[in-house]
Amino acid sequence: MKIHLLVNGEPREWECEVHEFLTEALRRHGLVGTKRGCEDGACGACAVLLDGREVPSCIVLAAQADGHEITTIEGLGDPRHVHPIQAAFVAATAVQCGFCTPGMVVATKELLDHNPTPSAADARRRLAGHYCRCTGQIKPIQAVLDAAERVKGAQT
Amino acid sequence: MSTPIPPNWDTGADSLDRIDSYQVVGRNETRVDALKLAQGRGSFTDDIDLPGMLHLKMLWSPHAHARIRSIDTSAAEAMPGVVMVLHHGNVSRIPYTTAGQGHPEPSPYDQFIFPRKVRFVGDRVACVAAESAVQAARALAKIRVEYEVLEPVLDPHDALRPGAPVIHDEPEAFGLPDYDKAHNIAAAMHVEHGDVDAAFAEADLVLEREYSVPYQHHATAEPHIAITWLDEDQRLVVRVATQVPFHSRRILARILDFPLHRIRVVKPRVGGGFGGKQEILLEDLPALVTLRSGRPARLCLTRAEELASSRTRHPQILSWKTGVMRDGTLVAQELRVLANTGAYGAHALTVQTCTAGKTLPLYKARAYRFDMKTVYTNLPVAGAFRGYGGPQGFVAMECHMDEVAEKLGLDPLEFRRRNLIGPGHDNALAQALGEGKEGPPQRIRSCAIQECIDRGKAAIGWDRRDRLRSTGPIRRGIGMSCLMHGSGIPGVDMGSAHVKLNEDGSFNLHVGATDIGTGSDTILSQIAAETLAVPLEKVVIYSSDTDHTPFDTGAYASSTTFVSGAAVKKACEGVARQLREAAAEMWRVEGDPCTPEDLHLERGAVRRPDGRSLSYGEICLSTFYTHDQHQIMDHGSHMTFECPPPFAAHFAEVEVDTETGAIRVLRYVAAVDCGVPIHPQSCEGQTEGGVCTSLGYALSEDFIFNDAGRLLNDTYEDYKIPTALDVPEFETILVRSYEPAGPYGAKSVSEIPTDGPGPTIANAVAHALGIRFRSLPLTPEKVRKAWLKKEEARQRETEA
Ligand code: FES
Ligand code: FES
Repeated sequence: MKIHLLVNGEPREWECEVHEFLTEALRRHGLVGTKRGCEDGACGACAVLLDGREVPSCIVLAAQADGHEITTIEGLGDPRHVHPIQAAFVAATAVQCGFCTPGMVVATKELLDHNPTPSAADARRRLAGHYCRCTGQIKPIQAVLDAAERVKGAQT
Repeated sequence: MSTPIPPNWDTGADSLDRIDSYQVVGRNETRVDALKLAQGRGSFTDDIDLPGMLHLKMLWSPHAHARIRSIDTSAAEAMPGVVMVLHHGNVSRIPYTTAGQGHPEPSPYDQFIFPRKVRFVGDRVACVAAESAVQAARALAKIRVEYEVLEPVLDPHDALRPGAPVIHDEPEAFGLPDYDKAHNIAAAMHVEHGDVDAAFAEADLVLEREYSVPYQHHATAEPHIAITWLDEDQRLVVRVATQVPFHSRRILARILDFPLHRIRVVKPRVGGGFGGKQEILLEDLPALVTLRSGRPARLCLTRAEELASSRTRHPQILSWKTGVMRDGTLVAQELRVLANTGAYGAHALTVQTCTAGKTLPLYKARAYRFDMKTVYTNLPVAGAFRGYGGPQGFVAMECHMDEVAEKLGLDPLEFRRRNLIGPGHDNALAQALGEGKEGPPQRIRSCAIQECIDRGKAAIGWDRRDRLRSTGPIRRGIGMSCLMHGSGIPGVDMGSAHVKLNEDGSFNLHVGATDIGTGSDTILSQIAAETLAVPLEKVVIYSSDTDHTPFDTGAYASSTTFVSGAAVKKACEGVARQLREAAAEMWRVEGDPCTPEDLHLERGAVRRPDGRSLSYGEICLSTFYTHDQHQIMDHGSHMTFECPPPFAAHFAEVEVDTETGAIRVLRYVAAVDCGVPIHPQSCEGQTEGGVCTSLGYALSEDFIFNDAGRLLNDTYEDYKIPTALDVPEFETILVRSYEPAGPYGAKSVSEIPTDGPGPTIANAVAHALGIRFRSLPLTPEKVRKAWLKKEEARQRETEA
């Protein structure tokens, strides 16, 4: 089947299998920053924004994205334009193996879009669906709070 | 092998002042790979797609113990898209161990690519390769297997019962001299030091208690995965998420019976390992498919397959016995371990050796005894897991130390202080507990455990301990533990590095050391930059590719900074010497001679005492194109008989809801002496990550089986690892010390944090409730039950 969607701001027309999940469709089109961690909706490694809301793309069918807007990690920054959230994760050494990081960055984006001044408790709640075995979550929590400052700074 | 302890060992205390002169080491440099990972550009194994790639799916054993009578794959092979089906009938049968250890591996050779007898639910039966993963999965259902179901062994005690089913009855399996497959014994050891019985006889108090610790799964973010293909020279390329690329190449060559020089193992970015990827777990299968079909092949485990069929932490039953004098002086310690390795004996000996080796020597005693059996069962397979026996052993020892202190009426902290090992002391058991053989002797040089205790104690507010709430439904408690680990495997681990100079004064650094998220690419680059007196960005690192980097044993045993880092330093020192010589030669030709010894390296240039300088770029251009033409480059290898332990003191404050049994960890303090922290934030990150992994061990992680040995909690919904909502407020204190044996004074930091939370939390809960738990995890159910029992007993007492 054919689906039409907006991926990182670009209109796309993709040929998909009816049973294909969004993670697969994205990765098949070269967007491999979206990871396969559990393929079960539990770990958050595959997080993308669907119309600005975070979803686990491993349990969203590609067909369900038809007519919607998808933002992946690749849409948040590139080597020349580092997104302040990414800069915050790097500065806090919140990136160890980095497999969970794209999902966390995407989650932070959604959080800050809706709540520009999160508390530590907000940051914890937001990251809770993102399993990270390397960092113990301590530095990612700090990174989210620092990211809020940086995003604010970038806007003013 | 007995290496004498050098007489001139200093404890390194006066070398601490060198730290402040470091330019790159000891600073929180931006990690060399962080940005690309945060942007999703990090290239993991799965991030490539090759034309014509075949997808593999596994058929796993549904039985805990069964002989395969027949296997019929004809219907599966006829399914659309199926290219081949591999099973025991069409692959070679060479015994090996999946344990990615040095050669010869001290683990039993008890596995084959496919077994004829399956030994746990989740064992390999067959593998389908098809054009797509969906087609491969569909074909699995068409494989017909006839099993002769055998009686399973589902408990380690049962494995030792006379007449127990023999799990490894195949004639080919073999191991070290204590290997006894006829009695389900994968490994055994008995060690005595001093006159143990006499020491116990003299003790004022002898206490013995039994502890038990559960299965734990690594839960790496990235599952096990390998992609293989033939390159244009028909060589086999194996792109695999591994901690041990060189062991992988060596073991693959043997079991595939394919020349080693025609295999290239490449480690791309790895999404966490923690020991789980110190196994040659799956790359043999895509490799076989590629060799037979000539096509690229991919095998990636699902999360459920990860949980059931990869590797785990060895569950153990530990009996700890101490003899102690009334004043708190320990005289004798005895540890007996019964460990469960599951169906195969990966790391069966050495994990358990470390259970004793990391724990017992922390406290001085006149005599020690260690007795261990690791048994086979028809349960999931254990293996290497960050901490490597330490987390198990410290649960027993550090809970036990609290129990002894309580019996003696001593402060648990002061009791420990009195007996702790310190600078200049010998590790009494180092020789007896080597890596499958006698180990080299160890004398402690750097050791800041007492300062770790001081600072941790202040940070947690230990002195509030007596005033914490001890009435009402919510109870608070504070607990602690003292820890020690190792830095590499002495006399075994070896790392090497190669460095060469470029025209812009940058350097290519090639290392066998394997960054799996540990930060070693950054840390090794820092060591190189420091030695060569350049900023970090002038070092271009490339790691772990058996074609293009020199050898390294791999990312395990807390060895990378300490062992591989020293190799990098040696290689860079060689380059530094060559730079001085080349500069002296350039000045000589200019008619202005000097001696290389008078020159020094600073800010990317070779400098004379009078301030004149030649930049590395100028030197490189000259040596490439003009005069005395050669490539400035060097290599270094490092192996050492020393294994300096990092030390730590962990403290936790917990809140226990006696009505629900739920434990909340409010605050955690980890004070660690890891020598000089090369990258302090990374040392904190290692500590925080290691502690949180073991918070799961303490509180929520366990394997639950049905009575046929099937793992019931094989999803993340049911296997609970700590999330951001569970982790406590955290303080990491890096207590500085200088380790003379390590590069720039560094010791290891990666494994020691996993040792602490089990006992620290159990001790805090004991303090809160007055109930001693001797088995992990401390689930709400377990806590609530124990509380009710205690309440009932109290009521009976008041009634009586
Ligand atoms: S991969 Fe989608 S939630 Fe884990
Ligand atoms: S950084 Fe490795 S799982 Fe999060």
